[in-house]
Amino acid sequence: MRPAGALAAAAIFLVAAALVGVMVGAADLNPLATAAALADKIPFVHLHSGLSSLDKAVLFQIRLPRVVLGVLVGGLLAMAGGGYQGVFRNPLVDSGLLGASAGAGLGATLAIVYLGGTPNAIPAAAFIGSLAGVAAAYLAFAATTARGAMSGMASGGTATLLLAGIAVGSFLTAVQTFVLQRSTQDAQAVYSWLLGSLSAATWQQVTSVLPYAAISTLVVLLHGRHLDVLAVGDEEARALGLRPAMIRGIVVASCALAAASAVAVSGLIGFVGIVVPHVARRLAGPSYRSVLPLSLLIGGGFLVLADTLARTVLSPAELPIGVVTALVGAPAFVWILRSTKAAGT
Amino acid sequence: MTALAVQELTVSLDHSPVLHGVTCAAAAGGWLALIGPNGAGKSTLIRAAAGLVPYRGTIRLHGADIRSLRVRDRARLIAYVPQEPVLPPDMTVGQYVLLGRTPHLGYLGGPGRHDRERAAAALERLDIARFEARRLARLSGGERQRVVLARALASEPRLLLLDEPTSMLDVGHQQQVLELVDGLRKEAALTVLSTLHDLTVAGQYADELVLLHEGRVAASGPAAAVLTTELIQLVYAASVTVTAGPDGRLVVAPLRPRS
Repeated sequence: MRPAGALAAAAIFLVAAALVGVMVGAADLNPLATAAALADKIPFVHLHSGLSSLDKAVLFQIRLPRVVLGVLVGGLLAMAGGGYQGVFRNPLVDSGLLGASAGAGLGATLAIVYLGGTPNAIPAAAFIGSLAGVAAAYLAFAATTARGAMSGMASGGTATLLLAGIAVGSFLTAVQTFVLQRSTQDAQAVYSWLLGSLSAATWQQVTSVLPYAAISTLVVLLHGRHLDVLAVGDEEARALGLRPAMIRGIVVASCALAAASAVAVSGLIGFVGIVVPHVARRLAGPSYRSVLPLSLLIGGGFLVLADTLARTVLSPAELPIGVVTALVGAPAFVWILRSTKAAGT
Repeated sequence: MTALAVQELTVSLDHSPVLHGVTCAAAAGGWLALIGPNGAGKSTLIRAAAGLVPYRGTIRLHGADIRSLRVRDRARLIAYVPQEPVLPPDMTVGQYVLLGRTPHLGYLGGPGRHDRERAAAALERLDIARFEARRLARLSGGERQRVVLARALASEPRLLLLDEPTSMLDVGHQQQVLELVDGLRKEAALTVLSTLHDLTVAGQYADELVLLHEGRVAASGPAAAVLTTELIQLVYAASVTVTAGPDGRLVVAPLRPRS
């Protein structure tokens, strides 16, 4: 598919997924009336939906913020995954490998255990923890490559950074487990956060994520072309006039910001960052100029659909959304491994 | 006129010296070939000229010290083809060749019509326009080398750096690629600095040879001055015969040592 066509298809998918997310749920809202109520919100359009004020409250205060938050979280996670894959020239990399998830998990655990888990404390602590996790991985990487910097950067640089990320992640998870062992009564709250959920979505969460989402998305999308150049390796990229270390720093920082703001409001949601960019590659080829915007759109739609499943299959109980994405994502991951092998990389 | 002037070039990698005070020069539109045994410092000299390794001494291109150039300006003037270029398997030939335009693009800019035209011209010149939509993973060795040359050509460089451009190719494809490079430098007034491990081939295509030995220049000049039995015995510890071929160019043939 040509990139423009793929983008149009992905945009349609996102809108359709969002509509499904808005229409489907425990409170049985009439689809036509829901559509009319939504259209009524468009400037200059005035429609009478016939929805009761209770239905309207469900629609505008419960479902819509949840769908919008799902779009943001899914889009950010998928785009961050795609960005990391470009930076590290490896289609199997995700934020989780760089200490981001472990850092967020530790942050949220600390907030739950020591700050009583107030609704504002957990997202803030997870956000800071996620960024700190990536920063620690980056520092660990810098410490290992400080010696013989030039040759180290050129050859094993990206592998070293990933290993540093895994080491930092294991360490942070160990600290988190230690904290939790001392305060087992909080285990339920911590584990339900770790599995990810959008059930507490509010407009306030949407507006708190939005600025970070906007900045990180803008910066990441503007670097798609640079990631394409990085695909030929640091040395050739430098000979083409690029500064790979600088590009890597900018994109990693933006992706870390995107993933951290997503994780802060949703908990840990796996596989979106790996599976969605791969679908984007399948649709329109490996250029990051199309992979990144496609991931943003498809990731948003995918997560809204996953969330719709999560809140309906066991209704009125909710399944953690991380469980749904893992159930879909893990088999898809195997499929990616197979096709990556077939492509000879 | 001198295009490339390397003076007193000294390079250390991981604190061990690789090149010691190497001086050499290439005329504008000329072809300078670096020869010498494995580990003599040939590739390092190429990479220094590409601005990829720190060095002491000076490298001037058309009078300008390349160290004083901004990274992007240097990349416009100098195209570098490593011995084993990285070819992202799923990228198409067209996308890959367009990467050659990178030094001409602003930080936030994308390739425009002029860039696409230059890339298309490079594809045309190397006779690979018909592969434009093909994935890089699906190219043969000879096609790959032409695609990489097309990318280098697309950036419209003044200096082309080739590290062992023919090491992966059979004799027929070697000749094809070398003839192409020779044609390109004549058309585009392109100066070529390459390493070549095959001494006969080096003598056939380059105007001047630099024989490196343990990071120093052991001999330099036209083929007749450098490709001598004695020098090759001294530097490579190899027994060879050097004879004039039917076209008058030198042929270096290995000779089995008597035991």
